[in-house]
Amino acid sequence: MIHSLFLINHTGDIFLEKHWKSVISRSVCDYFFEAKEKAVDPENVPPVLQTPHHYLITIYRGKLFFLSVIQTEVPPLFVIEFLHRVADTFQDYFGECSEVIIKDNVVTVYELLEEMLDNGFPLATESNVLKEMIRPPTILRSVVNTLTGSSNVGDTLPTGQLSNIPWRRAGVKYTNNEAYFDVIEEIDAILDKSGTTVFAEIQGVIEACVRLTGMPDLTLSFMNPRLLDDVSFHPCVRFKRWESERVLSFIPPDGNFTLMTYHVSSQNLVAIPVYVKQNISFFETGNCGRLDITIGPKQTMGKTVEGLMVTVHMPKAVLSTNLTASQGNYTYDLATKVLVWDVGKLNPQKLPNLRGSLSMQAGAPKPEENPSLNIDLKIQQLAISGLKVSRLDMYGEKYKPFKGVKYVTKAGKFQVRT
Amino acid sequence: MLTLIRPTMFPVLRNEDLKEMLESNKESLKLEAMKRVVGLIAKGKNASELFPAVVKNVASKNIELKKLVYVYLVRYAEEQQDLALLSISTFQRALKDPNQFIRASALRVLSSIRVPIIVPIMMLAIKEAAADLSPYVRKTSAHAIQKLFSLDPDQKEQLIEVIEKLLKDKSTLVAGSVVMAFEEVCPDRIDLIHKNYRKLCNLLVDVEEWGQVVIISMLTRYARTQFTSPWKEGAVFDENNEKTFYDSDSEEKKGQIEAKPYIMDPDHRLLLRNTKPLLQSRNTAVVMSVAQLYWHLAPKHEVSIVTKSLVRLLRSHREVQYIVLQNIATMSIQRKGMFEPFMKSFYVRSTDATHIKTLKLEILTNLANEANISTILREFQTYVKSQDKAFAAATIQAIGRCATNISEVTDTCLNGLVLLLSNRDETVVAESVVVIKKLLQTQPTQHSEIIKHMAKLFDNITVPMARASILWLMGEYCERVPKIAPDVLRKMAKTFTIEEDIVKLQTVNLAAKLYLTNSKQTKLLTQYILNLGKYDQNYDIRDRTRFIRQLIVPSEKNGALNKYARRILLAPKPAPVLESAFKDRDRYQLGTLSHSLNIKATGYQELSDWPAVAPDQSVRNVEVIE
Repeated sequence: MIHSLFLINHTGDIFLEKHWKSVISRSVCDYFFEAKEKAVDPENVPPVLQTPHHYLITIYRGKLFFLSVIQTEVPPLFVIEFLHRVADTFQDYFGECSEVIIKDNVVTVYELLEEMLDNGFPLATESNVLKEMIRPPTILRSVVNTLTGSSNVGDTLPTGQLSNIPWRRAGVKYTNNEAYFDVIEEIDAILDKSGTTVFAEIQGVIEACVRLTGMPDLTLSFMNPRLLDDVSFHPCVRFKRWESERVLSFIPPDGNFTLMTYHVSSQNLVAIPVYVKQNISFFETGNCGRLDITIGPKQTMGKTVEGLMVTVHMPKAVLSTNLTASQGNYTYDLATKVLVWDVGKLNPQKLPNLRGSLSMQAGAPKPEENPSLNIDLKIQQLAISGLKVSRLDMYGEKYKPFKGVKYVTKAGKFQVRT
Repeated sequence: MLTLIRPTMFPVLRNEDLKEMLESNKESLKLEAMKRVVGLIAKGKNASELFPAVVKNVASKNIELKKLVYVYLVRYAEEQQDLALLSISTFQRALKDPNQFIRASALRVLSSIRVPIIVPIMMLAIKEAAADLSPYVRKTSAHAIQKLFSLDPDQKEQLIEVIEKLLKDKSTLVAGSVVMAFEEVCPDRIDLIHKNYRKLCNLLVDVEEWGQVVIISMLTRYARTQFTSPWKEGAVFDENNEKTFYDSDSEEKKGQIEAKPYIMDPDHRLLLRNTKPLLQSRNTAVVMSVAQLYWHLAPKHEVSIVTKSLVRLLRSHREVQYIVLQNIATMSIQRKGMFEPFMKSFYVRSTDATHIKTLKLEILTNLANEANISTILREFQTYVKSQDKAFAAATIQAIGRCATNISEVTDTCLNGLVLLLSNRDETVVAESVVVIKKLLQTQPTQHSEIIKHMAKLFDNITVPMARASILWLMGEYCERVPKIAPDVLRKMAKTFTIEEDIVKLQTVNLAAKLYLTNSKQTKLLTQYILNLGKYDQNYDIRDRTRFIRQLIVPSEKNGALNKYARRILLAPKPAPVLESAFKDRDRYQLGTLSHSLNIKATGYQELSDWPAVAPDQSVRNVEVIE
């Protein structure tokens, strides 16, 4: 299926190649560079390309292109999903997925790629299984390795792959047994000029961090499972139990994983935590414009809005900005024309405001459209949909684990049109 | 040749140094050397010279060293076949190891070494591994089948025997890999699947995600050859049994064609039922493959259960969105109803990539109907103003499509587009002109006002395509703007030589049409333009000019066509059809590479039509062995 993989940085250098079948010359990437040239913005490069003898499927992540070479028909999502899984694995192993990190750990990267695919078909993609075979590098271990000459490759052979729960490694032991769940909800919204909601919905995800000894069997139940409209699960969740009883029953992987993602039914009205009063205008003459943005709390359920941030992609003609922020800092990147206003905490008594003038390129026509505002925010201790975990039970093991649930609401793709 | 540039973190070492390290007695030195060699391979540098030194370490006790040697072997064995043979005996020994992982990894490497001379050894190893007690080793043998097949296709018959055996395997570990081998080696041997069909359906939920995708796609093809179509009118399903009985009008006809009403094969239902839970998978490829299975196999009223899951995938990475939107675009042409409730999920954000934006636009246009058109048009108004001009142009085309499809809004759209003619951006104006031209063609009786308006704008428009479109409109409807058209021609005569080719061609066209309808005013102008055209640099234009001159200007030797000139040039022309770019995409199976590229990719397996009469069902029966 997947014939070869090339890793390319955003300037167009191929810095790693791996072939699972016969070697394919890296000149095949030229077709990709051509498309990249044409697309200008790396995000606009088409993910699927055709060349005379091969097909190229590419993802762009963390300023890197993962380019795979395909020779025959294959579902493109299969390849895309796999490439993202590779990037996730690098992230998981090295803490980040960047050119420097990959170059520094090239041997581990190669060992991982070798295990993840056999003849181009995915073999081991579960992080629990991989970590048994290839240990993630730590500073301590690399020191020990250089002193003693031992290696990163596990001498125990992976057993997870054989069991019918391939996601969990065997023989897990902890002195402190703990299970934490983060319920994270994101509000996706488009508001129009007048502040009316054009579109809004809530997407949620439950991230888990489970460090439990042995083979625990967990059951997580909700106070109000009916809120959940559409769900997707980690393979460990027993689908039948969910269908019949609306509880999540599972033997968890060891460590961090995404337990489920969900969508809150669209019948429920979505609470919009902030309102934005804005006035951006460009004048016909004088090559200048005005900007005035105020943000205030709307439906925050009595909680504090934090991490408030406004990002504006200005029209190309805007040369510089001369603004004053009543709270927080703002920056304007001259090259990318992006204005970022980092507000911080929202104080309902004293609403944050950003105002001032924009100076435009002389002679440029007045921009047709005002730029839209992208809002970022965070509210701790609140799931905006009202979802609540009622209890977590553990079966199969004797000890008493430490349990915790945390809620947080964030802005997802939250956009205000102006 | 071998000017090697090393990773900066390592001190520069020459091949001789590496060779020395590999041949030393110290494990740690060997390991260090191998790490550097792998670093070279990763960078695409040539390290083939070290082959003899590396291959000696194949039997090392150190697992990491051994694995790195394997990496090297697989990379270079093809180039150094003779030396690679030195390692074979080590693998043959390892194939008999009591540890299943060592057996599996030996087979993996042995089968990855592309050396034709060891084909018989590989064949033997695969056969033995296929009967191994460990399912993991059997899985590895399924992978090895494909490798051997690509090395030596002559082994096909023997390999099919192994596939047949492995298909009977009851382990979820093996299922995905063996179906993959089946798809590569013998996708047409549907008969091998019969006996395993029910087992595969039942195992499906527990197979690993990647295997699920492969099995689902194979079963989709299988089902289309074995079951009858559930799409016939008045079909009876095991879930609602009413429809046919009320349908008295067509009863007679139906009585002749099919004697009994459609009843779904229980095996067909089994497949639909067992794949449904996988819509909840976290793996987007699995969700998409179930969605395409429902699209191609499920009764029409059941297909919509996949909608929610597909819309969910739009929250995923940009590349995932791209593929999913392409598939939704194809689906939404045939089945508006499926996605209409989720219309707002396709609203465009200014931060979306351009290809995502245009796909969303495509889908919104497909979903437009009388009830929602005003909402959609309001949304389009925002898009037209976008800073991304390519996207703004695409929106204008979309408005044009809405206007032709929904007659209630044609006038509103047209007026909106005319307003855009005074837009400051050239691409927007140009696109509007082109779309207005197409719209006017669909209803040529009215709208001479708009044509006049465009004539006024003509001087300020510089985009060639737009200029050409206006000229064409002038010529086509010259009788409705009798005063303006000759004036436009006069202006064109002045600028003819500096115009683009398409504009020149349309000028010649306009001149010809005016000459036929209003020769008194335009005779001289036309002759002037035809003369300019005669000596143009472009042969197309010279050619066209010669043709037009013969056609319209009467002379002694010109033929019979002259008297038909008017009927030829001013014949009523059929209006262009504005339709979706995704209209014909459904000829490819959804979710495939071919669908994504809209071309038939190498190795694409056609989805067959439903058989008129179902083949024997009993072939799938399996005797239960106690």
